[in-house]
Amino acid sequence: MAIQTPERPKVTVKTATKGARWTKTGARPRPTNAFELYSWYFFRVSGILLLVFALGHLAIMHLINNVEVVNYDFIAQRWASPLWRTFDLILLFLALTHGLNGVRTLIYDYVQSKGWRVFSLSALYTTGLFFLLIGAQVIITFQPVVTARAK
Amino acid sequence: MYRGQSGMWLWVLHRLTGVGILAFLFLHIADTYLVGLGPSYYNDLVFLYKHWAFRFLEWLLVGAVLYHAINGMRVIALDFWESAINQHKQLYYGTLGLFFVLWIPAGIFMLKDVKWFV
Repeated sequence: MAIQTPERPKVTVKTATKGARWTKTGARPRPTNAFELYSWYFFRVSGILLLVFALGHLAIMHLINNVEVVNYDFIAQRWASPLWRTFDLILLFLALTHGLNGVRTLIYDYVQSKGWRVFSLSALYTTGLFFLLIGAQVIITFQPVVTARAK
Repeated sequence: MYRGQSGMWLWVLHRLTGVGILAFLFLHIADTYLVGLGPSYYNDLVFLYKHWAFRFLEWLLVGAVLYHAINGMRVIALDFWESAINQHKQLYYGTLGLFFVLWIPAGIFMLKDVKWFV
């Protein structure tokens, strides 16, 4: 049974004046550039990709294996294959950008004072870039230390 | 289906699980960074994750990711198929149903060998 769509009430959509993020009523105005549209698409595209990468990662590392067997040697063996390094790099990039974009949305929704918004966004981007760099660095440059272990 | 109804609480949970997953992701990148420093650093820290309390948190994390993933699919369905709104109740129960069907067995499987409170 289809729901009858009621006629839409007439709403005047306030577009943003330059630099302003809110209308006087506190509602977010309709964005004037395409960035938020791309962000919206990015959430969905990266989300669908993360179904494979994040859920795959959980299944491999937490169901098929588990934290009892994960140690240095396990990671060294895994990263011996460039395929898994690539997998982890893609996962790192997608999960981090998807999450950062989410928090960016939260900041625009909840932090209304301009000063705090600039502060929290700067903190977010700095932290995000830092973790992206150290994460990518270890995945790309990792060289296994040969451990002398009698088995 | 909004304000105080089903969709709102799924939306609230989506935001909460999203923030929680990102917070863990930061921690997880930091611990993986130790792999680059050598076996002693990494193995000393990963020892923590084997604690029963962390095993339980790990299950909660899997739940957060599962919920975020399944609810995300519901959102995408509502966004891209105009007729999906007619099935929003089924989508609501489907989301919760699929979540528990996957999360509970995953928990039994993940936590079966955990030695609690030691």
